[in-house]
Amino acid sequence: MKKEQDYIQDIAEIRSMMERSSKFLSLSGWAGIMAGIYALLGAYIAYTFLNFDPDELFYISSGSPSSGLLEVILLAFIILILALGTAVFLSYERAGKRNEKLWNPTAKKLLVNIMVPLVVGGILIFFMITKGLIGLVAPFSLLFYGLALFNAGKYTYQEVKILGLIEIILGLIGSWFVEYGLLFWALGFGVVHIIYGIHMNFKYEK
Amino acid sequence: MKISIDGLHKAFESRIRLGIMSALAVNDRIDFSSLKEFLEVTDGNLASHLKALEKAAFIGVEKSFIDRKPNTKYFMTTEGKKAFNYHLVALEKLIKSQK
Repeated sequence: MKKEQDYIQDIAEIRSMMERSSKFLSLSGWAGIMAGIYALLGAYIAYTFLNFDPDELFYISSGSPSSGLLEVILLAFIILILALGTAVFLSYERAGKRNEKLWNPTAKKLLVNIMVPLVVGGILIFFMITKGLIGLVAPFSLLFYGLALFNAGKYTYQEVKILGLIEIILGLIGSWFVEYGLLFWALGFGVVHIIYGIHMNFKYEK
Repeated sequence: MKISIDGLHKAFESRIRLGIMSALAVNDRIDFSSLKEFLEVTDGNLASHLKALEKAAFIGVEKSFIDRKPNTKYFMTTEGKKAFNYHLVALEKLIKSQK
């Protein structure tokens, strides 16, 4: 006959298996903190050195809002690659510590659910840049990033879902107050990421 | 199938079988290699447990080919879901009654 301890162990095992097989839990809080720092640095460079601070929706007749729109786009790409690279590297380390492989079925599910809204947003933003809708680029990147996180939240820590909602709200506000677009972008990608990262680090990695 | 007096299903006595059912309860379909990774067991061990669950009609098998390599996916049947839920309730009752 099994004892009470065995039954409790059985239930613990069931819970752990359900979580391990459906959620990707190798995300590191540090990835959020680093992404936030890159974003703040990027926003600072764009604002002070590249004079990027669009305060109107359209820039067709008046030309480019920035001395170098191309440089700003390049800067955004560098931030994106740095943030993603850091996240993948830290997840790889954490997966190793947890004795799991990084590329498992839950990682695949998480990635697919992030990529669909993100790629759609990326294409839309590219269209907007070519049509001169520069004012909406920063808020829309927040909006689609938030939708991607909210969507992916069911396959990882539930905090990611809340992070997504916050980004969506900031994106919506930024879409209305276009003149503060870059500010909300720095708030969403910078400050919010850092707060999220610190929270996750304390909650799950201590 | 055999259910002991306390309501616990004999098929779920093994931790590995319990693990298979738990993973299938929260995923539509899982392939053999993923199950192996989740449970950290050998091919032969996993295969024999899967066979037992299949025999009990608790899980179903779906065979296909990906790049000409055989790919076997497993899913939980309605009967399996029922038995698993019943098992969970029985476990809960046992723990409560022993307190």
